[in-house]
Amino acid sequence: MADEVLRVEGLHKHYGPLHVLRGIDLTVRRGEAVVILGASGSGKSTLLRCLNFLEMPGAGRIHLEGRLVGREARDGRIRYPNRELSALRMRVGMVFQQFNLFPHMTAERNVMIGPMKLRGLSEAEARRVAAANLEKVGILEKARSYPAQLSGGQQQRVAIARALAMEPSMMLFDEVTSALDPELVGEVLLAMRQLREDGMTMLIVTHELGFAYNVADRVVFMEHGVIHEEGTPQQVLLNPQRPRTRDFLRSHTLFRLPEQMHDDPPGPFALTTREQG
Amino acid sequence: MHEWDFAFLIDQRHFILQGLLGTLRLAVVSLVAGTVIGLVGATARLSGSAILRAVGTGYVEFFRNIPVLVQIFWLYFSIPILTGVQPNAYAAAAIATSLYAGAYLTEVFRSGIASIEKGQWDGARAVGFGHGMTMRYVVLPQAFRRVLPAFTNQVLEIVKTTSVASTIAYAELLYSAKLLSEQEFRPIEAYTAVGAAFILVLLPTSAIAGMMERRLARHG
Repeated sequence: MADEVLRVEGLHKHYGPLHVLRGIDLTVRRGEAVVILGASGSGKSTLLRCLNFLEMPGAGRIHLEGRLVGREARDGRIRYPNRELSALRMRVGMVFQQFNLFPHMTAERNVMIGPMKLRGLSEAEARRVAAANLEKVGILEKARSYPAQLSGGQQQRVAIARALAMEPSMMLFDEVTSALDPELVGEVLLAMRQLREDGMTMLIVTHELGFAYNVADRVVFMEHGVIHEEGTPQQVLLNPQRPRTRDFLRSHTLFRLPEQMHDDPPGPFALTTREQG
Repeated sequence: MHEWDFAFLIDQRHFILQGLLGTLRLAVVSLVAGTVIGLVGATARLSGSAILRAVGTGYVEFFRNIPVLVQIFWLYFSIPILTGVQPNAYAAAAIATSLYAGAYLTEVFRSGIASIEKGQWDGARAVGFGHGMTMRYVVLPQAFRRVLPAFTNQVLEIVKTTSVASTIAYAELLYSAKLLSEQEFRPIEAYTAVGAAFILVLLPTSAIAGMMERRLARHG
C-alpha cells in the first residue's frame, strides 16, 4: 500500500535467554499517530529502538515506505549494512526519554548539525531550518541557550526540533515525558499534538492516557513482547476487551480528581494550557 | 658553606639553550606521536573487534609496565646487537618516549570516551551519524573536556620523562647541565638551573591548560 510508512512483520528480539519481542506485526499509515501502551518490561521501548536500529532486531522484517530494510541473505536472515542504517535513521526521527541533546552545543547547533553534516546544507541554510523547527515547537527564543540552561520541557522540545530538521518520514517518541516534572509535561505534549495536526506520522510510547485518548488514531497495548490488544482510543481505553488491558488501565487511573470520577472507565484528561518559559 | 655562583651558566648560555631546545624537540615529538598513538590505541581498546581490543590492551600493558629507562637502553644498546643498525640517541629516545606516552594517553583517551553516556551515542545515531561522525562531532569534543585535567597531567609527565634521554648522551637539558657541571665543578648550580628551566617551561603549560579548562567548563 502506497500510504504505508511502516510495516513490521513477525519482529523478534532476544537479549541472551530473554525473549523481549515475540513476533510483532504492526502497520503505521502516513499521517497516522499510533500510541503504544504497556507495563515496563512489555517490550515497547525495545520495539521502538529496533525500528530505528539502535537495537538490532532478530527475526522479522521491517518495511519503510514500502521497501524492505536490509538485505535478505540466502539463509533467510536479513543483514543490515551500516550505511543503510544511517540513511534509514535520517528518515526516521527519534526522541528519547532523556532528551540526549548534545550538551556542548547550543539549542540551535543541536538542530543544525544533522542537516549540515548529513544533508549538506550550508551554515546559513541550516540556521534557517533550525529556526523554523525551533519555532514549530515554540522555543525559538532559546536558540542560543545551551541544554544545561534549559528546563526539561524545553530540552525535550529542542530534541523534537532536532529530529524534525532531518525531515523524517515518521517520528518515534520513546516515553518523552517520563523524565519531566509534571508541570512541564503539557508543553511537550502540546508540541506533539501540533505535529500530529501538521500531518506527521508518529509512533509514540507513552504513559499519558489522556494524550493517547485525545491525539492517537490508534492505540496498541503491548504485553510480554506481543501486541495484546489494538484499536481506536475509544475501544482500547474506554472499552478494553482483554483482562490484562483492563488491569493496566485500572492501575493507571486508581486515583483521579472528583470531576473525573464519573468517567468510568477512564475518560479524557484535559491537557494543560501551554506555558512559555 | 657553599658559595653560589651562576656566572658560568650565563657565559655558557648557548650550551644551556641548546639543551633546552633538545628537550623541547623530544617533548614535542613524543607528545604529538603519543597523542596520535593514544587516539588509535583508545579506538582499538573500545573497538567491537576482540582482536583489536587485545592488541590495544597488550600494547598498553607492555609499555606501561616497563620503565622508560629500560626501554631506552633496550632500543639503544640491544637493537644494534640484534640488527646491526645503531639508532642515534635522538631516534632511540624519541621512539621510547613516544611509545611510553602513547600507552598512558591511550588510557586517558579511553577513559574519556568511555565516560560519555550511552544516550549521546543514541542521540547521534538517531540523527543519522555513523560511528566516525558520532566520534568527531559528539563524543570526542565532550571527552576532550573531561580528560583535559588528566591529559595536562600526562603532558607534564611526558615533558619531564624526556630527561631520561640524558642517559644515552642525547643533548637535552639534563645532559647539557651534567657536562657543564663536570667541566665547571658546579653540580649544585647546574642542576638547580635544570630544575628552574623545567619549571619555566611547564608552569605556563599548566596555566594555559587551566585557562582552557575554565573556558570549556562554562557550558555543559
